[in-house]
Parts: sequence; C-alpha cells; structure tokens
Amino acid sequence: MLVFLIRRIALAIVTLLLLTIIVFALSNVLPGDVGRQILGPFAPQESVDELNKRLGTDQPLYKQYIEQMKRYAQGDLGESYKTRESVTHVIGTTFLNSAKLAFLALIFTVPLAILAGVWAALKRGSLFDRVMVTVSLAGSSLPEFVTASFLLVVFAVQLAWFPTLASTNDPSGPIDQLWRLALPVFALVIVYFGYIARMARAGVITAMEADYTRTAFMKGLPRGVVIRRHVLRNALLPTISVVATQTGYLFGGLLAVELIFNYNGLGRELVRAAVSKDLPVLSAGVLLIGVVYMIATLLGDILISILNPRVRLGDQ
Amino acid sequence: MSATETRTDTAALRLDDLHVAYDVRGVPRPVLRGVTFEIKPGEAYGLVGESGCGKSTTAYAAVRYLPENGHVTSGSITIAGEDMLALSSSELRDLRASRISMVYQDPGQSLNPTIKVGKQVAEAFTVLGFSADEAKVKSVEALNRVRIADADRVLDRYPYQLSGGMQQRVVIAMALACDPQLLILDEPTTGLDATVEAEVLDLVSMLRQETGAAVLLIAHNLGVVRRICDRVGVMYAGKIVEEGPASEVFDNPQHPYTVGLLRCLPRRGANKAERRLDTIPGSLPLIGTELPACVFQDRCALATDECRTNVPPATHPVEGRTVYCHHTSQVGTLVEAPLQAPIAGAGVGDVVLHLENVSKTFKQGNHEVRALVDVDLDLRAGETLGLVGESGSGKTTLAKAILGIHAADPGSVIELDGEQLAGLTTGRKADARRAIQIIFQNPDSALNRSKTVRAILERSLYKLAGIRGKDADDRMSALTEEVRLSPRHLDMRPRALSGGLKQRVAIAGAFAGGPRIVVCDEPTSALDVSVQAAILNLLGDLQRDEQASYIVISHDLGVVRYLSDRIAVLYLGRLMELGPAEVVFNGPHHPYTEALLSAVPSVDGDPPDRIRLTGELPSAIDLPTGCVFHTRCPRAIKGTCEASEPPLVEVEPGHAMRCHIPIDELRTLQHAD
Repeated sequence: MLVFLIRRIALAIVTLLLLTIIVFALSNVLPGDVGRQILGPFAPQESVDELNKRLGTDQPLYKQYIEQMKRYAQGDLGESYKTRESVTHVIGTTFLNSAKLAFLALIFTVPLAILAGVWAALKRGSLFDRVMVTVSLAGSSLPEFVTASFLLVVFAVQLAWFPTLASTNDPSGPIDQLWRLALPVFALVIVYFGYIARMARAGVITAMEADYTRTAFMKGLPRGVVIRRHVLRNALLPTISVVATQTGYLFGGLLAVELIFNYNGLGRELVRAAVSKDLPVLSAGVLLIGVVYMIATLLGDILISILNPRVRLGDQ
Repeated sequence: MSATETRTDTAALRLDDLHVAYDVRGVPRPVLRGVTFEIKPGEAYGLVGESGCGKSTTAYAAVRYLPENGHVTSGSITIAGEDMLALSSSELRDLRASRISMVYQDPGQSLNPTIKVGKQVAEAFTVLGFSADEAKVKSVEALNRVRIADADRVLDRYPYQLSGGMQQRVVIAMALACDPQLLILDEPTTGLDATVEAEVLDLVSMLRQETGAAVLLIAHNLGVVRRICDRVGVMYAGKIVEEGPASEVFDNPQHPYTVGLLRCLPRRGANKAERRLDTIPGSLPLIGTELPACVFQDRCALATDECRTNVPPATHPVEGRTVYCHHTSQVGTLVEAPLQAPIAGAGVGDVVLHLENVSKTFKQGNHEVRALVDVDLDLRAGETLGLVGESGSGKTTLAKAILGIHAADPGSVIELDGEQLAGLTTGRKADARRAIQIIFQNPDSALNRSKTVRAILERSLYKLAGIRGKDADDRMSALTEEVRLSPRHLDMRPRALSGGLKQRVAIAGAFAGGPRIVVCDEPTSALDVSVQAAILNLLGDLQRDEQASYIVISHDLGVVRYLSDRIAVLYLGRLMELGPAEVVFNGPHHPYTEALLSAVPSVDGDPPDRIRLTGELPSAIDLPTGCVFHTRCPRAIKGTCEASEPPLVEVEPGHAMRCHIPIDELRTLQHAD
C-alpha cells in the first residue's frame, strides 16, 4: 500500500512539473514581448526595456522558467502585471469562490447520480431506467454554456425566480449566497449527473451479470445482501475514477458558467488574465487547477485501491 | 417412514417435459423442447451435446436462474421432492442455501475479486444460520475437505492470488458447505490444464463418495463425462436424443447423432495420414428455428419421411437405454470414413526451420524468468510438429519467438531455409515474414469485423502474395475453393458467419501467400466437435496440397496427435522429449509425458492405473535444482534427479529425452512394447 502511495504521489509531482513547463511554454508563444504588451504600442522603447528588465522578461526563456520555479518553491506566486496585486491574493479569493460552486455541484450530483444509476440498473428496462438514460444522455450532451444560458433566460430573466448575478459585493448571509448559486449549480448538475449515473448503471449491470454474483445468489443469500456485499463494491469502482476525473474537470470547466452568471471565480479570472496577457496570474491559476485535478484523481485512486485488493497489493 | 427414507426414495432432480423459451425482441424462441430425465440420489448424470443444444439452459432452468428473458413455458422441475416452479422466492433461497449447489467454468470469475476467500467461504455457512465464529471453523474444515492443507493461509488471500486449480477447490468447498443433495457442475474443468483438470475430477469423484450428493455434470468434453458420470444424456436442439449408462452410450451409441458426435472426435490414436475425420453434414439449427418432428432429421443419413412427420417415441433397444429415433436399429449401417493409404513422401522434405539454443528470458521485477531454455528443433517441409505441455511450459513463448512477436535472447539461432532470422518480425525481410503465418484460437477477434470476407482476403493477398486486381480475383477463387467457402460467403461480414466458417476465412488468410510454416495456436478450441473435425480435415488437406509445415499448439491431445508427425514436450521452458508422434504417445515416454497423457480423460474410458501428478507447477522464478520435473515426478530417483539436470539425449533413432532413467527401464516401468 505504502509503495503504491509513494509511487502514485511521485507520478503526480512529475506530472505537475510537466504541466508547469507546458504552461510556461504556451504563455510564451503568445506574440509580442511582455513589456510592450503591458505598456501599449505608443510607449517609448526605453520604458519597455526597463519594464522587461524589472520583470525579468528580458532573460532567456529557460532562465525565466528557473526563476519562476524558484519563486514558486518559496510560495511566492509573484504579482499581477495588470493590477500589481499579489497573485496569491487574486487566485486565492477567486479559487475559494469556485470551490464553493464546485463543492455544491458535487454534493448534489454524486449521490444523486449514483443512486439513480444503481436504481436504473436494478430496474433495467423499466420506465425509470429508460427515462433516466435518455435524460442523462441529453443533459451531458449539451455543453454547459447552453444549459446555463437556457436556465438564466428562463428562470432568472423570464420567471425572475432567481437572481441573474451569482456574485454580490455585500454577502447577505449564507442563505442568500446559496440562492444566488442555485442556477449555476443546477447547470453543472445537469451536465455531470449524466456521466456519473450512466457509469454507475453500466457498472451495476456488469456486476449483476458476473459469475461471482451468480455464486452469491446460488449460496442462497437474499437479494439485498448480494447487491450490497457483492455487487456494489465491484460495480462502483469505475464510477469512482469517473467522479475523480470529473471533479478535476469540473474545476477547469467552470469558466463558461462563471462567465454567464458573472460569478467572481477562478475560471472568469483566468479568462481575464489570458486576454490581458497577465502571465503570473494565468500560470499560477492553471497550475492550481492542475493541482486540484491531481489531488482529486489521487484521492480517487486511493479509494479504489482500498476497495480493490489487486490494485493495492499488486500482482504477486 | 422416516425422513431419510423419503429422501432416498425421491429423485435428486426430475425434469418432466420441460420447455423453455427465450424472448428475443418480444418473440418467444423455444430453446428446450421437452426435456425429460431423472437423477437418482447419489447418482452422477452427464449432459453432453454441442453448444446451443440447451445443456446449460437445462441446468439453469432447474435451479431457476434463467436470464430475465428466459422462462419455462411448460413442464415440471422437481428437486428432492420440491416442485421448483411453485416455490416462493424465500423458499427458493432456502433450497439454494441448503440443498443445491453449483460450480461453473472459470473459477476465477466465480469468486468475488474484492473479497477475501475466507469471507466468501464463511458466507456459505452464515446463510445456514451459523455464527461468524462457527462459520470460520467450518470454513477451515471445508477447505480441508477439498484437500487444501494450509487452509488458514488460503482463507486469508484474495482469489487472484490463488492458482486456477486452487480457486476451483475453493468454489467446490463453498458448494459443499450445505451438504447438497444436488451438485451441478457446469464445465467445471474447461480452461484448466490437463493435470489440474485430472486433480479436480478426482476430487469430485472422491467427494461424491464421501457426501453422497447427486451430480449433474455439463461438459462438452466427453472424456470428462465418462470419467465422472454413471449415466449420460445426449442433447440436440433442446431435446434429449439418447440416454443410458455412460460407458455403454459412448462405446455403443444407438442414436445417429451420438454416433456422429463420437466419430468426429480424433480418438484412439487417429492421425491425418490414415484417415479423414467424420463430420456431421449441415450445421446446428439456430435458436428458435422451426424444426421437423425429429430434431436431428435435417442432418441424419438415416432420415425418412416418417422422421419429418412423427415425433420419434422413446425406444429401449437395450435394457437401461432410451433412444428417441425411428431407425435406431439401423445405426450399424452408418458408413464411417474409410482408411486411406498413407501419403507417400509427406513430411520428409528438407529442413525449413532450424532452431538452436533458442532461449527467452523475461524480466519480472528484479527477477529473471527463463521462459525458454536452449531449445533445439528442426522442422521439415510438409511436416507437423505438435507442442505439448501445461500452461507456463513455454509452448506459446516458443511459437512467438518463431513468429518474431517477441525476440528470442541473443545467441538464439532461428533459421528459415538456412538463413538466420532477425528476432522481431519488423527486422525480417518481407519474404521471411510472409513465410511464417499463424491461425489463432478465436477467429472472432482475429478477423476485422467491419470488413467483408472479400476485403479481408484481398488485403491478405496483397500483403502476403503482393497481388491485386485480376490476379488477386483468380487466386481468391482458388483460395476460397481450397478452404471450402462458397462464393456467397465473400460478401458477408464475419459476424454473419458461424465459428467454423470464420476459422476457414482465417485459414484462407494465412494461406494467401503460400506460407512455408503455419503456427496453429489452439486452432479448434473454440469450435464444436463436428466443426472441429471439418477444420482438422481441411488443415490436413491444405498441408498435403501446399507442402506447408505446421506447428500445432493445443491442450487437446487428440487434436495434436491427429495433426502431428512429431511431438515436442515442454516443461518449464525446457524440451523434455522430442520424437515421432507414434513413439511419444505410445511410449516408452518421458515420465512427464506419461503423466500428461494419463491425466487426459478419454471418451474410451481410462486405464485402471492412472498416474497422478501432485503439486503445482513450480514457479519459474524459483526453479527446482537438478531435473526441473523431479518435484512432481512419480518416477524420480532419489539422490540423482535433484542433484543434476539430465541432458537431452537421443535414446533411440529420432527420439530424444531429458531423463536420468534409461529408456529400457522406462519401457519396463511403462509396459510399453
């Protein structure tokens, strides 16, 4: 188990390092030098050079990268080119906001989707099953910006049941916050429910048809016991990895929903940073999403290894 | 009358005119068409027949475990006096817990992969009302009963950490937890090695005597049925066509189908040089087809108008036998394929393939596993070499090294027509690549499902023979004719073809470029015996016409013997014996070969003095000292065999062996002439 963990974490670290390189490389293929970008086309060349020197952007790329890594290692994410605010602060606030949104979406989606998937599988071919499959397929095939726009137009604009803006400057208590987040969360639930529910359904169907399930039934065990003890554990293994991947994905995919509901989250902040070539914010933000992704999949893998001895103990 | 007496009076299982149908897109398709038989308490009954005949459906219907779309349309099922069709679900549960058990194919799948063995075995006891502690004690006893010595250690493991044989013992232990009155075994040894199969079958026989359970055995392997069963029922298209004591039915079949089934088998040392195998013309009816009054009528040489209109009644040509046939008195007139004169000059061509010091070492973690050790072999034009050995013996590794799928270790010599081949296919010349082809076990996964047969063969012709257009068309007609495919098959896709036809397409593909060597890896294992016979005949014909050499791998020694001119026996990567098929099979042979042959259950009955191999195949990481076989060898000489490894020496012309025991002594020990 320990070996498995160490190996898995080492792999995560290597992946993150690769990610920093990719993000760094990508942000540097954008045309124009940083100083010129910030100061605009009419600034005198001397000021541009001076700014580049101060920012370190006149150095060769590999040196810049090493410098950046050095600072990251010390916990210093630098400051925004645009607002001169500390990146830690900018990213921190927006990340927390996004986390709220993602967390709410997950605690609704995961249990609901698994329950629905398992139930549909056990009642395979029933009306519930067919409705579940169709609805979840439709929900997950629509991109979230379509769903979100639709919800916004119908429930916030036409019916005016919910606010159109998810962010407020003066938070008036948790109930109001929840109220404001209801529509964006719902938009996310619609998209992610489908993947997870269909995965859970497929897993349960496979496990119900497995030989070991037949063995359990032929032992004379009651149906409930067979399902709880023999079916679910095996059936939900693939669902766990889907949930883990989706969690990471959810963080990266919040951007559309945040933009549509004008929510002050990490996604929206990254779009802003990318448009204005605010490299420190952009790379720190992308890296953070990478870290979330890593942690989510790591937790998923650990959970799977607890449930599946073969992963935990390896082939001996 | 006491309760125990009632129990012995009642049949363990009685099926009466059982009809079962599967709903396919809302339409019920009959699968069982009136199955009637009875198993007495303590009796072992075998159901045999080709796939799709309804053997498994019969068993699952009996315990009410049909798939959701399957249902009993009429008839009755009685187990130990209980009307199965009238039971409520809780009564059914109780009955399953306490009186009936089932063991099926692939023990690895029958155990839950995520739960420790101990917990799974204990479950079979807790369901009977034992406390957790009692169940633990009982579990140890249960494993001891199936001859697992270190029960505690096994109980603490996960299923995947056990070998196939061990897994099947655990499954049997669970099945016996309730002292069942009826034990159903569905292909219990299919997929296990011959030696493991023999062990499991011995165990079943022993336990049957100890527990007095009645057994319903379903197996496509008639030898297995003969070894275990008292009586046997032969099924065809959802009906029993013949029934009787196992030895009598197999020795003296009375139904034309049984006669055909038995004649399809390569048995009693049959070899391609002497005769073609009989086949049953036509093919199995598809599920749900309308059948004439006698279900076998369409494929029967004795059929008359009567068979089309009147359902054959049960006749009893001999005491204790039941046959459903109008013409059972004429089965003696069914003509068998005649002996043929041996083909002159077969298998005496020049050496095509020369192997010297071929080794293959795999890295497994920090260990080196020597999967092949210094194999020396020659293969002549038109000759067939059979590779024999348990799984892990190196058969497949050797075949892959020859094909260049993985490279043999440096220093290995693999020469085709005197020219050294590169280790991997990719490093070989196009000619050399074309010269060595393979036929796989499962034609389903070997053929591209999205292409028509014509497209598949066109590609083979282009890739292997370098021809296209008009030339390819001509060659294609010749090729399809050679493998007995009809032109209408060319425009079909693989999924529309039966298993036998698919294998013919695969064979045509392999022969497209006029190969020198064809590796046949379990070429007929996925096929029914009547289809197998046709494919074996085809392989024989093609070899004679094309002078191709074969390397045949099969766990079915009858198949290997039928096709092979010479046999190589492998054990833990070493060549233990090499010689003409006749000699290797008839003996005197290597003690390992002897044990292997002795393990295989024969449809003609087993000799009284079978050799039983004990212990498992040693791990290739931790090899025994001296002769690698000495740990399991029933004839090992103490002091000699564990001390030094015997060399492979020619003990008589053309026959080499790796054994310390002199051939003359083996001859006496094995009563070989």
